[in-house]
Amino acid sequence: MKKSRVVLAQTNPSLGNVGANLESHFTQIEEAVSAGAAAVLFPELSLTGYFLKDQTYELAMSLDAEILERVAEKSRSIAVGAGFVERSADGRYYNSYAYFEGGKILHVHRKVHLVSYGLFEETRDFAAGTTFESFDCELGRLGILICEDLWHMPASYLHFLQGAETLLVPSCSPARGVGTQGQGFASERTWNALLSAVAMFTRAHILYVNRVGFEDGIGFSGGTCALGPRGDREHFLEGLDEGALEVQLDSGALRRSRVQTPLLRDEKPWMVVSELARIHPELFTGPPSGDA
Amino acid sequence: MRELDVQPELVTDLLVRFLREEVGQAGLARAILGLSGGIDSAVSAALSARAFGPENVLAVLMPYKTSDPRSEADAHEVAESLGLATRRVDISDAVDGYLAQVDVEDRTRRGNVMARIRMTVLYDLSVEWGGLVIGTSNKTEMLLGYSTQWGDAAHAVNPLGDLYKHQVVQLARHLGIPASVVDKPPSADLFEGQTDEDDLGFSYAQADEVLYWMVDERMNAEELADRGLDSELVARIAKRVVRNQYKRLPPPIAKLSTRTINQDFRYLRDWEAHGSH
Repeated sequence: MKKSRVVLAQTNPSLGNVGANLESHFTQIEEAVSAGAAAVLFPELSLTGYFLKDQTYELAMSLDAEILERVAEKSRSIAVGAGFVERSADGRYYNSYAYFEGGKILHVHRKVHLVSYGLFEETRDFAAGTTFESFDCELGRLGILICEDLWHMPASYLHFLQGAETLLVPSCSPARGVGTQGQGFASERTWNALLSAVAMFTRAHILYVNRVGFEDGIGFSGGTCALGPRGDREHFLEGLDEGALEVQLDSGALRRSRVQTPLLRDEKPWMVVSELARIHPELFTGPPSGDA
Repeated sequence: MRELDVQPELVTDLLVRFLREEVGQAGLARAILGLSGGIDSAVSAALSARAFGPENVLAVLMPYKTSDPRSEADAHEVAESLGLATRRVDISDAVDGYLAQVDVEDRTRRGNVMARIRMTVLYDLSVEWGGLVIGTSNKTEMLLGYSTQWGDAAHAVNPLGDLYKHQVVQLARHLGIPASVVDKPPSADLFEGQTDEDDLGFSYAQADEVLYWMVDERMNAEELADRGLDSELVARIAKRVVRNQYKRLPPPIAKLSTRTINQDFRYLRDWEAHGSH
């Protein structure tokens, strides 16, 4: 049975100060190495801060940027997950998250479901990613969903179909809703319910890494946590301080949970194709021909 | 109204952190604010005391000669209960010095002059104190525009701007603000016998209820009427909210260039230059 120790780093990135954020990443990485962890994972846009607006373009880096190389160098002793603004070769800007292992970038996820409603305006500056690709690393098969990605059912479903054992959800979720309908922030309760439901649907471990701190009055709600494949929140950070949450990924628990409830075995993904053909036939027939 | 209730401990924790972090962003760890003897400034003062320690908060009392002496007494009681140093600046000479040169009878204009003199005092003393001016405007008065632009509405950071009056009262009780301050009728105390609710023509409870459903819950006129809210009151409040939008935003800048401040030059206040520190 394989057990991996992982550190979820709930940080307070300094808005626009990549140098300071890189240093704090290094500090956390060193502490996680000392703790004997296999990986240390940071929140969404952990190297830059969140409400970047015009800073999006100034802080963007290509995948061969020196800053990312320096993080990659650290990943010779521990895997690292970190968020940043990616400038692609064709000049688009992505809300990206890189997974570093063995001295290199093993995988990059570009946020697909950019959020532009309420207090968010991501689509103004970012281009959207187009894939949900699970990948193999020393922790097993991992799927990354950046914040809002988790709110769209096909996203976790696609990782489920690829056999992802762990879903990593880096986030920048603002604290909101202080009414007495429940305990704590309404936004955090919603997240916990969603995380639990997705863990139950996918029978996967979920690692949720949110940030804390303020940007122009908007506070981020922390609540970094790890859920087991039965949907239980097994470890979590309480309060709004920075912190490091140590969690164990247990492949035995995963196997047992999937024997108990074999949702993947019983899934019928071909029905998605046949039903999509019924609901959205235009997707399968292509654009009408003969148009001038 | 139960929907308006907040979790006071949770709110206090967030607001204390907010104050520390946003004031810290300016490289400072001290606060200054005008203490009127009313509930809003008492709550801002209590939050500031928790955020920075009472020794780092200066409460400034700025009476005018016609101010109700009970306001000053209440302010002293609040400052004492929080362990805050106070400084008293009588604004009568400054206000009268100006009013002597221009003939102003209008009570609103006179009140605005007083509010703006107080702002001038606070901003000046903030330099000497080495702290930021903490706001005392709540969400109800900001939405209704019941404040003096560049006067009591002027501040560097505002912990109360997302709390309706009902919620400020709830927080005040949680923070142990003296009952005499919590329970008295809110007043701008710009002239004798003035109360907010007389000025507005409706009660804070009425305003809070309408604003909560209209603003927070985005209900339209029909839905508000279905909730049993008086349509005429709703219309009056809605009109005030729209008419006072100018007080809530920086003034418009005429666009000429390809990159104009706040239009397509977009940065947060908490902006830090790349690579600084």
